[in-house]
Amino acid sequence: MSMIETTMINVSGVEKSFTLHNQGGASFEVLNNASLQVQAGECVVLHGQSGAGKSTFLKALYANYSVNEGSIVLRDGEQRVDITSALPRRIIALRRQTLGYVSQFLRVIPRVPTLEVVMQPLLDLGVEREICEAKAKELLSRLNVPERLWHLAPSTFSGGEQQRVNIARGFIVDYPILLLDEPTASLDANNRRVVVELIREAKQRGAAIVGIFHDEDIRDAVADRLVDIKAI
Amino acid sequence: MNAATATGYNFAYLDEQSKRMIRRAILKGVAIPGYQVPFGGREMPLPHGWGTGGMQVTASVIGEADRLKVIDQGADDTTNAVSIRRFFASTAGVETTEQTADATLIQTRHRIPERALQENQILIYQVPIPEPLRFIEPRESETRKMHALSEYGAMQVKLYEDVARFGHIATSYDYPVMVNGRYMMDPSPIPKFDNPKMDMMPALQLFGAGFEKRIYAVPPYTKVESLDFDDYPFEVQSWEENCSICGSNHSFLDEVIIDDAGSKMFVCSDTDYCRERVAQQENPA
Amino acid sequence: MSNAAAQLQPNEGEWQDIEPLLSVRDINKFYAPGKGCGNINFDLYPGEVLGIVGESGSGKSTLLSCLSARLTPDSGQVIYNSEQFGAMDLYACEESQRRVLMRSEWGIVHQHARDGLRMNVSAGANIGERLMAVGERHYGEIREKAAEWLQAVEIDTGRIDDRPSQFSGGMQQRLQIARNLVTHPNLIFMDEPTGGLDVSVQAKLLDLLRNLVSRLGLSVIIVTHDLAVARLLAHRLMVMRRGEVVETGLTDQVLDDPQHPYTQLLVSSILQN
Repeated sequence: MSMIETTMINVSGVEKSFTLHNQGGASFEVLNNASLQVQAGECVVLHGQSGAGKSTFLKALYANYSVNEGSIVLRDGEQRVDITSALPRRIIALRRQTLGYVSQFLRVIPRVPTLEVVMQPLLDLGVEREICEAKAKELLSRLNVPERLWHLAPSTFSGGEQQRVNIARGFIVDYPILLLDEPTASLDANNRRVVVELIREAKQRGAAIVGIFHDEDIRDAVADRLVDIKAI
Repeated sequence: MNAATATGYNFAYLDEQSKRMIRRAILKGVAIPGYQVPFGGREMPLPHGWGTGGMQVTASVIGEADRLKVIDQGADDTTNAVSIRRFFASTAGVETTEQTADATLIQTRHRIPERALQENQILIYQVPIPEPLRFIEPRESETRKMHALSEYGAMQVKLYEDVARFGHIATSYDYPVMVNGRYMMDPSPIPKFDNPKMDMMPALQLFGAGFEKRIYAVPPYTKVESLDFDDYPFEVQSWEENCSICGSNHSFLDEVIIDDAGSKMFVCSDTDYCRERVAQQENPA
Repeated sequence: MSNAAAQLQPNEGEWQDIEPLLSVRDINKFYAPGKGCGNINFDLYPGEVLGIVGESGSGKSTLLSCLSARLTPDSGQVIYNSEQFGAMDLYACEESQRRVLMRSEWGIVHQHARDGLRMNVSAGANIGERLMAVGERHYGEIREKAAEWLQAVEIDTGRIDDRPSQFSGGMQQRLQIARNLVTHPNLIFMDEPTGGLDVSVQAKLLDLLRNLVSRLGLSVIIVTHDLAVARLLAHRLMVMRRGEVVETGLTDQVLDDPQHPYTQLLVSSILQN
């Protein structure tokens, strides 16, 4: 297999600036001619100062932010999709089966129980409920979310518990492309180790990963390449 | 015209132009079985609700040679029936009768005679509310559209509610019918016992709603089906008792309380039918 | 800028082959200058949930009425790809066809449940009516389906013979949804479905809606002024202001990276928690 065929993410010449129309039309540029390629099974960790655009870059990879220039081509099975110009429904399909995104914030409907929250992405792919449930339970156990909480809605949980529920949700589907936006921030050492394991397992099955980690231990434990956001 | 005819009135009270207008509405009704034809209802010397719709229809179709019978709940001798019969006797000078077989015109409120009607007879119903869909849809603009487009699913809701609440279709009067496979029709508040008589009836059936100014019709030998569910088919009332007077076990019976202790008897609601049966039993021909 | 004008990639052929369920072309409906909606163009694809957001008076409800064949626009076309009739221009076809759509392939969830329910007949009859309207004549089956749908919208089946007037606001809204979904429609129009409900009741309804939409693969056009509702339910958004669409795109993109000054104002006006 040649390098080209295993390229999962191909960012080229991306520019991104924000214009705040309601604050005097102030405009500032965050990404300037950014380019990056990530292969299957590779974990790229972005670094740079706070405000340098790491998160913006990651959000652009998820099509959560639009970009002004350039292309972001993601591999979806046998297809390549430029998410800077794809139709919304194409991006939704891409996110459903190919593109995962894990942040440190859980955003769900308040009353849905934890187990449902975690298995939802897998259920949406049409996987049988028993399989989804088994996998959700396994992930929650590994992330040390006590079993007594599984049938409660996570909105009442502590910040750390919510964060782990969110990680479980993010890892329940074996996405070929994973974007991690500081998922380990404020986790204890024990749970950080679990997340590192999860990331390594994802790499082993061939996922292309782009992440932001402030914690140096984790960075060293998972990164194949460290990339300075100002240099890409 | 006989001598008893009141002077100063046109034949059958209404002026000829009004009668022509009503006849046109009747003809349209006959041409479109079950369709409610609006007409310019005239004031009659009776309050609305007393059969003014039926009377206008009667006045428009009655001729000197006709013999009129008027019944109210099956009886010829109630105030309403007597008044209307006398009204036409004096304004049109026609013969009146209490015998179903002798009548050429029968104006009725709430019953169809038990004796099968014939081709040379016309049955005229007094109708309080002509719109069968009104209970589910109060807007007239909408019900007209529903009729125009044959959207009658909502009508089943009435029957659904009955079965849900009582375990069977409890509607026993005013039971909606489908005429000629096209128009949903309110048969006026006759008991559903009478509904099957409407189907393929040899006599012409005319319906007049005076208050709402609508006329509709079922021509002779027209299909009239009562609504139902596949698993709750249409059924008519039946009684364990027989008529206390004539012994009938197949006619529509009225329950009559006969003393303060609540004792009761059942008698035929169609008084002419009952009388005829008694006469036959006394003098078998 | 908007993604509506986005170009398809050459390698997205199979995505291009799917026919839109609803195609809206140059819809204009103005009651007075600035009152109504104008110059509306979009396609809705099977399984898509489109949110229409904007403040009161922005024309979003007018637009929804035009889209759902309830208000004839001054100009423009709405083409619906019907199972029964094929592609049809909603305002050029027979009214009878539009009415058939409304009780079979479409559902309309009104903001006020009493606009969408028959308040004087039982919950079971409310659900059953649509079945009877499409020709169902077996009481037992109608009742069974009504009970199933009550369950699906989390109303105790023991309440099947109660009238909606005896229900709470949230239950009425869920009953309205059941009544619409019983004939398995393809396209649902919703006008502020969570408006006027308590926050806790809203959450339950949203969860229910989201599950039903994804389980049944429904296409939905939902009008709301609540951006949180839009975020949870809609795949993509149209932001309206003074009767015009000012921005459209993927829901989270529009909300997290708004481009138009008005969208930025709208998004920044939400209280954060």
